[in-house]
Amino acid sequence: MSAPESSSGPGPEQEPGLDPGTAEELEQERARETGPVVAPVDTESRLAKALQQTMTSSWTVSVGAVLLAVVAGSIMIAFTNDGVKAASSYFFARPGDTFVALGQAIGGAYSALFRGSVVNLQATDFVTAIRPLTETLTYATPLIAAGLGVALAFRAGLFNIGGQGQMLVAAASSGWVAFGVSGVPFPLHLLMALVAGIAAGALWAGLAGLLKARTGAHEVIVTIMLNYVAFYLIAYLLATPGLLQAPGSSNPKTPPTPESAQLPSLLGDRFNLTWGFVLALLAVVGVWWLLNRSSAGFSFRAVGENPRAARVAGIDTGRATVNSMLVAGGLVGLAGASQVLGGVTTGFSSDIDAGIGFDAITVALLGGSNPWGVLAAGILFGAFKAGGTTMQAAEGVPSDIVLVVQSLIVLFIAAPPLIRAIFRLPDPNRRRSPKKTKATRNRKEAAA
Amino acid sequence: MSADHKTTQLDVPLSETTRTVTVVTWKAASVLLAVTVLYALLLVAVPHSGDTRFLLSHRGDFFQIPVIVLPAGPVGWVCGAVMLAATAFAAVRTARRTRTPLWLVVLFALAALTGFLAWAGAGSPRDLSVVGLLGGAVLWSVPFVYGALGGVIGERAGVVNIAIEAQLLGAAFTAAIVSSITNSAVAGLVAAVFAGALVSLVLGLFAITYHVNQVIVGVVLNVLVVGLTSFLYSQVLVPGAETLNSTTRFSSIPIPVLSDIPVLGPVLFDQPLLIYLMFIAVPTVWYALNRTRWGLRLRAVGEHPKAADTVGIDVVRTRYNAVLVAGAVAGLGGAFYTTVYLSQFGENMTGGAGYIALAAVIFGKWDPVRAAFAGLLFGFASNLQNVLSVVGSPVPSQFMLMVPYVVTLLAVAGLVGRSRPPAASGEPYIKG
Repeated sequence: MSAPESSSGPGPEQEPGLDPGTAEELEQERARETGPVVAPVDTESRLAKALQQTMTSSWTVSVGAVLLAVVAGSIMIAFTNDGVKAASSYFFARPGDTFVALGQAIGGAYSALFRGSVVNLQATDFVTAIRPLTETLTYATPLIAAGLGVALAFRAGLFNIGGQGQMLVAAASSGWVAFGVSGVPFPLHLLMALVAGIAAGALWAGLAGLLKARTGAHEVIVTIMLNYVAFYLIAYLLATPGLLQAPGSSNPKTPPTPESAQLPSLLGDRFNLTWGFVLALLAVVGVWWLLNRSSAGFSFRAVGENPRAARVAGIDTGRATVNSMLVAGGLVGLAGASQVLGGVTTGFSSDIDAGIGFDAITVALLGGSNPWGVLAAGILFGAFKAGGTTMQAAEGVPSDIVLVVQSLIVLFIAAPPLIRAIFRLPDPNRRRSPKKTKATRNRKEAAA
Repeated sequence: MSADHKTTQLDVPLSETTRTVTVVTWKAASVLLAVTVLYALLLVAVPHSGDTRFLLSHRGDFFQIPVIVLPAGPVGWVCGAVMLAATAFAAVRTARRTRTPLWLVVLFALAALTGFLAWAGAGSPRDLSVVGLLGGAVLWSVPFVYGALGGVIGERAGVVNIAIEAQLLGAAFTAAIVSSITNSAVAGLVAAVFAGALVSLVLGLFAITYHVNQVIVGVVLNVLVVGLTSFLYSQVLVPGAETLNSTTRFSSIPIPVLSDIPVLGPVLFDQPLLIYLMFIAVPTVWYALNRTRWGLRLRAVGEHPKAADTVGIDVVRTRYNAVLVAGAVAGLGGAFYTTVYLSQFGENMTGGAGYIALAAVIFGKWDPVRAAFAGLLFGFASNLQNVLSVVGSPVPSQFMLMVPYVVTLLAVAGLVGRSRPPAASGEPYIKG
């Protein structure tokens, strides 16, 4: 998309690795200037397009963004910490105490976050030390899968806000196969449950795609409504004996997942990490292949970029919409299935989606709707989740602060000019451009 | 809902002659048929006899209406017949290449609702309070309607407002604190307005000034505000619950004379201040958008910012202006939670209402009045739960609760169809 908008955009996306000669660049600039103006883009492609913004920011900006977000989190911790409050009441008598308290509160919180998500340095043996990292990957598994689902839909120009519903039906259908079918040996039973979950998620999202393709119903409304329908459907299944409810219980909760349908653990019984993570990794590769190497993926992207042009080029946009939603739902369904078969095997209730359907949107956006980006973003968010739990337990800092830091990072990364302004970083566009200014000047003269 | 627009959505082939072409589709008729069939199936599969007691007035009302006792079976079938007739009429109209009129859809909906309620309440010893059903719907629609109005204002100016949820939640939180400290619901309301506008300011800063994708900013702001309010809730509001989190609420103000009208009186004119404000806000927003210079500029900026810029409209300023107003309006909706509904703030208490409001915006096709009615529909859906739990329902309640959302799905698919957002909605404007 070297459309006029992006050429004058704020992000450093116009950084040609090899600078062509001045004349050539001038020519290109002119071509861009006078080139066909992209038709008023509707809802579809604005998503896909500006998502690039999150991806194209340079490393310094990312580091700055993380730094700023951490500082903001620190301020919040400092203002609400009891020790700091106590010490600051006699700040002018002994200012040192306040700073010590500040250090303890903030340092304690962030070291707990690190201890809970990467490596536990206080541990005596290797397994305990490395455990946090595996916890991070465990939390990341459904985030990656669902994030891929949202990202893929984004690429096809669809805002899949229905992750919650898709996860719920997937969990229910996986669970139903897991509890309802018995006597099937281990790998087969697991496979059946997985397929059932993925298929249910795919159908639930495919329904939204079908409605969009056939009647033009906006996918945002349809997926939100389907969230509610799924929620009540699961609530019914969980409250009805003989369906999903655990036998002999009146709680809206399922029986535990039988051994034969559980995802086996990846690193042995001392870790929670299961083969679900490997499935998520496979999904990343699969989505990458689908989007970048297959004709179906090409049609998804074409429809996402410009549905009208895609139609002119002979792509069946309706079919692309339905298919992309089917795949997206299948991926979110994988997240739902992995929750039931690997994450929460002690029986689940209607909150099995754990907000992952909505977190997935943030993951997809941070990952720039690119499968590898989603992988990285999913692991980052998984680390925040794992670390947040430890932080809350060890330091009494509510894990909600993780949400704040997390969302600030995404916001700041998406706005490189703001970070550059705050940290006085040089603007890559301006620095490298005696040529560019010249080109601009020429253009202006030509226009005058 | 789209029945009164003849040629808006579909491309009408215009020939040189003055031949008029009316585009009709069978969608509306088929959706009506589908609903009728579903309804009939319900009546056949789960037959239900007995009487339904419709309560139209409460003790102490000026006019006393005796409880209307209707036999559920016959009423159900009569309503079904009306629905079938309406469907047939719609089919005939479509065959004659005329559109399904709006009144027909309304009639159909009324028949379906009456039949459904009669069937649901059949045999129950409790009264089914019509006033409670409708009044509750109006009350519950408050956050949806204000949120939808905020969404409409933002999007008409070209800024997608997915942060409605954040505006509602932030406003609810702020209103709780301010109302608790000052012991004044009005102060809480004012604070809520500022909180909503503050969220909008952040949205504007990133979306308008820094050209960050508006969907990203919106989604992330929602998460940010959930995190902020939950964090502060457990760190500040829980320890200081008595002083910081026990709000003064608006009480109902019955309007003299008007509130004595049977049924409609208590539903519409015996409500808290915030609801009366809503009645004023909807037409005001419509007027401001469609009949004032401010609105014309705002819409110009949302449809074609470059053209607007060319004629001297300051795009950035207009958008900031619109987004701030949108946030303030959505903030009013957020105040509902802590100054009308409950007297304290709770973690994530809006629970996705902002997303429903967003659906209402699209359902209402970016028109304030239609969006408000869509919000009212969702308010009705939210309230249905309370009413049905009193009456007790013959089928599992979960299915009853699902009905409004399924109906919305069908309505969006069949009656609304393709909705077209403002042309520049979601597009950052970069001058030059």
